[in-house]
Amino acid sequence: MTGLAEVFSLGKFAVTAEAGPPKGTNVQQMLEHAHLLKGRVHAVNVTDNQSSVMRMGSLAASHLLIEAGLEPVFQMTCRDRNRLAIQSDLLSAHVLGIRNVLALTGDYISVGDHPQAKPVFDLESVQLLQVIARLNSGYDCATVSAGKPTTTGIQLDGATEFFPGAVVAPEAEPLEPQLIKFEKKVNAGAKFFQTQAIYNMDKFAKFMETARQFDVKIMAGILLLKSAGMANYLNKFVPGIQVPDDLIAELNAAKERAQDDKKLAAKYQMEAGISIAGRQIRRMKDLCHGAHVMAIGAEDRVPAILDEAGL
Amino acid sequence: MIITKPKPMAQVMRCLAGIQRVFLVGCGECATTCMTGGAEQIQEMKAKLEAEGKEVVGSFVGESDCHILDMKRQVRLNKEAADKAEAFLVLSCGAGVQTFSEILDKPVYAANDTMFLGNIQRFGVFAERCSLCGDCVLNETGGICPVTNCPKGLLNGPCGGMNKGMCEVNQERECAWVMIYKRLLLLNQLDKMKTPLAAKNYATSNKPHSLTLERKKGGAA
Repeated sequence: MTGLAEVFSLGKFAVTAEAGPPKGTNVQQMLEHAHLLKGRVHAVNVTDNQSSVMRMGSLAASHLLIEAGLEPVFQMTCRDRNRLAIQSDLLSAHVLGIRNVLALTGDYISVGDHPQAKPVFDLESVQLLQVIARLNSGYDCATVSAGKPTTTGIQLDGATEFFPGAVVAPEAEPLEPQLIKFEKKVNAGAKFFQTQAIYNMDKFAKFMETARQFDVKIMAGILLLKSAGMANYLNKFVPGIQVPDDLIAELNAAKERAQDDKKLAAKYQMEAGISIAGRQIRRMKDLCHGAHVMAIGAEDRVPAILDEAGL
Repeated sequence: MIITKPKPMAQVMRCLAGIQRVFLVGCGECATTCMTGGAEQIQEMKAKLEAEGKEVVGSFVGESDCHILDMKRQVRLNKEAADKAEAFLVLSCGAGVQTFSEILDKPVYAANDTMFLGNIQRFGVFAERCSLCGDCVLNETGGICPVTNCPKGLLNGPCGGMNKGMCEVNQERECAWVMIYKRLLLLNQLDKMKTPLAAKNYATSNKPHSLTLERKKGGAA
C-alpha cells in the first residue's frame, strides 16, 4: 500500500502538493522546495509537461523525489505518448519505486510552447485508467500475441502495483457530462480524485453528495492566489475556475495596504493568498478526504498554508 | 467534400522558377465548390502567370481529377498542348495532383493546400465533421463525431477544460461532448454515454489506404 493509500485507509485527511520539474537539467530548486514539504504533506504530485510546456520528465522527477525521501504522485498525460510508450513508462515507473499515478488526458498542445507538435491522444484518461488496471492485473494491452489476436493481452513478467488516481471538475457547467465521466473513471479503477481548484463551496458540497456514493477518496484542489491580478487572470483565461469577488477584494485590500510599494504589495497579497488557502482547507476538512495544494512555483509557501489550515 | 485553399502565389512561383510553358488543370468537383480550382480560378491563375512572363500552353477543368483513367483520357485529348508544357500546375486537392504525377513524365505542381473532409454549411463556409478514421463511433455518440469535433478526440466525455459548455481550445466552439450529451439526452439514449468506449483501433488508419470492391458473380461491382 502506498503512503497516500494508507492515509486514506486510516481515515486521515490527506494533503498533497505539487512539484514542477525544471525546464532544463537543474533540479536544485525543485528539490529545495520538495525538502520544505517533507513531513508536511503525504505525497507530492509531479506534473507532466504541465500546460503543454516542455520540461524535464515527471518519471525521472518522481524518482528523484523518492531518493529525497518523499512520496510522489506520478502525473501521466496522454498528450505526448501512444499506448506503447504509456505502458512502457508505467513499467519503468514501477521499477523506479513509483506507486501513485494520476491519470490525465493532458492539456491540448496549442496552449503550450510547442504548438506545432503532433498531439498524440492515442488514449485518454478513462482508457489510461483501464491500462493501469490491466498492468496491475499482470497483463498488458496487446491485441496480438505470437501472431494471433488476443483479448486478454500478454502476461507480464512482473505485474505493477499502482494506486491510480484521476481528476474531476466539480464546478463544471453543465455538470452532468462531468459526473458521467467521473463514474466511468471510478469504474475504470480510479481510487482517488483530485479536483480542479474549488471556490464555490455549495457546488463542491453538492458534488460530494454524488461522490460519496462511490468507494473513492476526494481531494479538494486548493490553488494559491498570489495576487489580485492572478485571480483576475484565472477568471478571464483559465477554463473552469471562478474566483469569487470577495476573495479578489481581500487581495486588493492587501495590495492597497502597501500603498505604492510594489515589493510590499506582493508580500501582503501573498500573505492574504496564504490565509485564503488555509481558510479554504479548514472548511474542506469535514467535507472530503484531503486537499491538493497547487502553489504553482511557490511551493515554498505550502508549509505556511498548512500552518494556516492547522495541519 | 475535400476542402482546399490556395497556396501563397509566391510559393507557386518558386516551384515554377525556370519553367516557361505551363499547363493548368482545375477540378470540377470539390475544388470548384471551394473556388480553388474551377474555370474562374484557372482564368485567374492564367492571368497571374502571364503577368509573371509565363506562357500558359493549355488548360482544362477535369470532371473529377481523382479519376485516374478519366484524366488520362483528358490529357490525351490535349496531347499537343500537354507535350509542349514543361510543367503542369494542378488546382485541385492533393489526390488530384497525384493523378497527374502518375500519368505524366514531367513535373506536376500543386497550387492548393489540402485541408480536410468538410461539410458545406452555407456558400463558402465549410466545417470538418469526419476524420475518415475507419473505426466509426457515430452509432455510440448520437451521430456526432468526438474524434473530429473534440480537438483531443476524447471518447469518454468532456475534459476538465470544458467551460460553460464551450471548448477550452476554441472558446467559440461548443464542447463536442456537451453536444453529444444534449443529443443523447434528446434521444433518450444517455445510457450510451455511460458505457465506456474502448481505445480506438488505429490499425484502420495505417497508410496508405486502399480498397478493392469484391465483384459479384455476374459481373457488376
